[in-house]
Amino acid sequence: MNQRVTIVENILSANDRLAAQNRLLLDQAGIFSLNFMASPGAGKTSLIERTLQAIADQLGIAVIDGDIATSLDADRAAAAGARAVQINTGGECHLDAVMLKDALDRIDLEGIDLLIVENVGNLVCPASFQLGTHKSVLIASIPEGDDKPYKYPGMYRGVDALVINKIDLLPYVPFNMDYFRSGVEVLNPGLKTFPLSCHTGEGLQSWLAWVIHEIEARRNQ
Amino acid sequence: MHELAVTESMLEIALRHAQSARAQRITALYLVIGQLSSIVDDSVQFYWDIISQHTIAEGACLHFKRIPVELSCLDCHHQHSPSNSDFICPACGSLRQKVVSGEEFYLEAIDIEGEEPAMDA
Repeated sequence: MNQRVTIVENILSANDRLAAQNRLLLDQAGIFSLNFMASPGAGKTSLIERTLQAIADQLGIAVIDGDIATSLDADRAAAAGARAVQINTGGECHLDAVMLKDALDRIDLEGIDLLIVENVGNLVCPASFQLGTHKSVLIASIPEGDDKPYKYPGMYRGVDALVINKIDLLPYVPFNMDYFRSGVEVLNPGLKTFPLSCHTGEGLQSWLAWVIHEIEARRNQ
Repeated sequence: MHELAVTESMLEIALRHAQSARAQRITALYLVIGQLSSIVDDSVQFYWDIISQHTIAEGACLHFKRIPVELSCLDCHHQHSPSNSDFICPACGSLRQKVVSGEEFYLEAIDIEGEEPAMDA
C-alpha cells in the first residue's frame, strides 16, 4: 500500500523549537542577548572587549564564544571582565540552538544582564540557524570591501543591527561607503547602523547607548 | 556550508512522520526550497545517500522544488520577480523591497509504503 503523506514542516524546525526554549530561559532570567555574526577578522572579539571595558562595571555580562578550535576568544572576554564560556564546534561552520543550550547550562546566569554570543566567523551558515537570542548584530569591517552586502545577502537581510568596524582605515583602503550602504538598504531597509573603530574608539558611544537602551527596554517589559 | 545539519534534520522529520503513519519504507521526499535559501541540491543529495543508509528511507528519491524570488515594493506596492540580484522596483525605481517569497525551506510531503492503510489523524 503506497501513499503520500503531507507534512509541510520547516526543515530546521527542531533547531527553531530549541531556539524558542533558549529565548524563554533568557527571558525568565531577565537577560538581554545578542548574537554577533561576522566574517573572520572583522572585529567580533574586539567589539566584545570594548563593550566590556565600557559597561562591565555597571552590568553583569556573559559571553559565549563559538569557534572551530581554541579558547583564545573566551580567554580575551574573560580577561575583559565577562563570565565566559567557549564552545568548540569541532569543524561546524556555525552555532546552533543545541550548542547554545549546552553552553547556557554551563554558565551561572545569576546577576547577568547581557549575554553576547560570538558566532563562528562566517557570512553564510550562521544566518540560517536561530539561536534564540533577542537581536542579531552583523559586524562588517572596512578592509573586507564594500561589496559584501551584494555577495552575502542572506546575512545582511536577517540582522537587527549593523556595526561597520575599522572606519579608521577608510583613508587607506578603497571602500565606497555609499555603494556599501545602498546594498544594505536594499536588503534591510532602515537597518540600524553603527560606524565605529574598536581601535581608536571613534563611534563607540552610540553603539554602547543602543546596547544599554535595549537592556533597559527589556528590563521594563 | 551546513548541508549535513540540514540533511540530518530532513531525515529526522521524514522518519518521525513515517513512523506515525506506520510506514515500512519511505520512497520519496518532496522538498520546497526558496531561491534565497543558500542550499545546494547536489550537496544535500550527497549527504542523503550516506546518512539514509540502514534506515527505512534508504534509497528514497529527493525531489527539489525551487521557489523563485517574489518582491513587493515598500514604496509603490508593486509586486515583481527580479530578473537578477538587483532588488530594484521596475515600476518606481525604489530600492526598498520586501521579500514575499523565495525564503522557503520545508519538507512538503513524503511517499511511503506500508502493509496496512495509515490511520487518519
